[in-house]
Amino acid sequence: MLANRKLILAHFWLAFAVFGVALTLGAWQMFIRSPIGTWLSNPELYYRSLTAHGTVMGYVFPTLVAMGFGYAISESALEQRLVGVRWAWAGFWLIVAGSVMAVIPVALGRASVLYTFYPPLIGSPFYYIGVVLVVVGSWIWVALMSINLRVWRKAHPGAPVPLAMFANVAGSYLWAWTAVGAALELLLQIIPVAVGLKATIDAGLARVFFSWTLHAIVYFWLMPTYIAYYTIVPRAIGGRVYSDTMARISFILFLVVAMPIGMHHTFADPQVGAGFKFIHSAFTALVALPTLLTVFTICASVEIAARLRGGRGMFGWIGALPWDNPMMLALAFSFVMLGFGGAGGLINMSYQLDTSIHNTQWITGHFHLIFGGAIVIMYFAIAYDLWPHLTGRELIDVRMIRIQLWLWFAGMIVTTFPWHWVGILGMPRRMAYFDFADSAIAPQALSVTFSAIGGFILLISGLLFLLILARGMRSPATEAGPYRFSLAVHQPVTVPLALNTHALWVTLMIALTVTNYGYPILTLALSQGTSVPAVYVGAQ
Amino acid sequence: MSARDLFTFRNRHFSLGVGLTAAILVVTAIAGFIVLPFAQPWVQFANVWDAICSAAGVPQRAPSVDLTPDKRLSAVVLTSRTLPRPNQEAIGRGATLAQRCAICHGPTGISRADSPNLAGQYSAVIYKELHDFRSGARTNAVMTPFAVNLTDQEIADLSNYYAYLPRLPAYHPTPQLPKPNIVIYGAPMRGIAPCGSCHGSLDNKTGSPWLEGQSETYLKAQLQAFATSERRNDISQQMRNIARAMTPQEIDEAAAYYASQPPDVVKAVD
Repeated sequence: MLANRKLILAHFWLAFAVFGVALTLGAWQMFIRSPIGTWLSNPELYYRSLTAHGTVMGYVFPTLVAMGFGYAISESALEQRLVGVRWAWAGFWLIVAGSVMAVIPVALGRASVLYTFYPPLIGSPFYYIGVVLVVVGSWIWVALMSINLRVWRKAHPGAPVPLAMFANVAGSYLWAWTAVGAALELLLQIIPVAVGLKATIDAGLARVFFSWTLHAIVYFWLMPTYIAYYTIVPRAIGGRVYSDTMARISFILFLVVAMPIGMHHTFADPQVGAGFKFIHSAFTALVALPTLLTVFTICASVEIAARLRGGRGMFGWIGALPWDNPMMLALAFSFVMLGFGGAGGLINMSYQLDTSIHNTQWITGHFHLIFGGAIVIMYFAIAYDLWPHLTGRELIDVRMIRIQLWLWFAGMIVTTFPWHWVGILGMPRRMAYFDFADSAIAPQALSVTFSAIGGFILLISGLLFLLILARGMRSPATEAGPYRFSLAVHQPVTVPLALNTHALWVTLMIALTVTNYGYPILTLALSQGTSVPAVYVGAQ
Repeated sequence: MSARDLFTFRNRHFSLGVGLTAAILVVTAIAGFIVLPFAQPWVQFANVWDAICSAAGVPQRAPSVDLTPDKRLSAVVLTSRTLPRPNQEAIGRGATLAQRCAICHGPTGISRADSPNLAGQYSAVIYKELHDFRSGARTNAVMTPFAVNLTDQEIADLSNYYAYLPRLPAYHPTPQLPKPNIVIYGAPMRGIAPCGSCHGSLDNKTGSPWLEGQSETYLKAQLQAFATSERRNDISQQMRNIARAMTPQEIDEAAAYYASQPPDVVKAVD
């Protein structure tokens, strides 16, 4: 029962359209600083492109996917029409307005500050205000998800909240709180400087605020993917979720421990005390827990499907899985990339090991493998799964879908593995140019070339994805039926209050933010003489 | 189902959730703030509180460190408010003051004496150099006596005046030379950013002068002065680190290249 198909389609189409543009920029960036490209002679163009790529891929694209998917979940899992459709459209248009407002100064070279802002670098205020509008637009979605769940609860007192919606609302709360860090940085620090009310900025404090957002945002990006693991994949391959409770525990663990860990991004920053870095490092280790729970539960769920299809033996069931089903393929690729990316992440979160790869291409490789790989490939899968329900038309060419997923997987491995490798060799990130003719870095040229080729494979796959969706809009009409989510082996009849509501976990999330961020932020905010003059982009 | 049923220790999920979270927090805090600081044999703490403060990042300054530099350093801070938009009056005052500069820098801001051409130079640049000459961060037998008696207002006026003058072709343009590698690529393996990434040609960074059409002799002399640390008013040794790593040939190429460029190309990056 998807009543507001237009709303959901608008979110998805905008998300994938901007994704296509940012992907093209990304491939160009890989090419231009690799040995096969000719150096532009103008690093500013590179950083301009990098800012656009990061802003779209980090803020606009995943937010729109989470929103569109969230509305779809709300309508289909709760089986009730979306409450507040006008507000939802308002949120959508705010994101459109914010994106346009942000991208114009970036295109003009007035805001080449990268999506992580990097104060004391200061760009055009329109860029930051645009980003704020995108966030405000998404906060409307957060409120709507909460309101829709409340309306449903009133109509179904005491009933277990469907898993998809429980997870969806958990993701929205996580986003609402994690976005506060960057919002504080923008509103209290950067925008006053960008509009000329102040001329100095405390860059250390800004970095701490940003770390508040920067790590948990990854788990916000991850939420649609995890929701798909639990609530779409088992249904799509003919299995059942092994444990509904385990799924709920995973999502509440994300809510609690995804937030107070961001300072592992500031291990090399002198303004944060080593004790806090240690606490954040320890909590980062805990974040592996919900992922391990998920991998276990999903593997068990998949095994159920395989055994139902006649799979036998300790490992023999793996062959019985429906490998020609795009959802199965996407899940397997996603898990492989999550495995490698997660292992790399354990290195990043270790205080000592981090020093050897800090600010190298290893980091770029890591987050592309996790986000671009494990997460985005499931965004594709979600779109493929939802499309017939949104358009009323079937996606006929399954072979093309499989090719697209294979290309994305191969492209991501070819791109990110050499990236990790040259990172270990010491190649710094955020560089517009490398002189591979120099004997000291000449051995890295081959790896970087492979990486750039991987970038083009990804571009082809991304364009193929858009083509499949666009062709799906014109295929013959069909009745897709109501959109359903996976059933659990034991469907929940009663769920403990703590696992049916979010209040306790949101409280713990905020409490841990206070304990883990309160003191560092307060001391930095109250210390005198820690601000430096702003450096205005393109100013003389 | 209400908050009262949830937020109570009678609810075992509440007790478990809060208890586990608090326990993990306490254990990691003890490890991070007490155990690990003392596990560093090379750091001495007076007591546990001292260790906690250190791990928490409480700002401390060791009393024994003397931060007074042995030579005078540039103390100029440039912000967006340092040089307000000039008015005609300020430019007029600057023009009057500039008459005494004309003997070296030329009546139109174009030098015949291998001194810098100032016509159309960025006001922030002139502002900084005059301040540095006045404070002694930069010294020159001819220039210092002119600068020592200038007031803040006069420095601002002079900066605005010269920035206002049109950029005229210099007296010594040679045929325009092609861009040498050092200007366009720098030397990444020696940590040298391209000259053009700050001084024009590629990009311009606040506080960096444009160099097109400046005297080759002057440019070369300044690079050599930076390399020997005879000149030291660059912030954080930016130019000294670059000039020290440059080869004599690169210094010649960069100076010759910039001297050969007409100053009107500066416009392209403004």
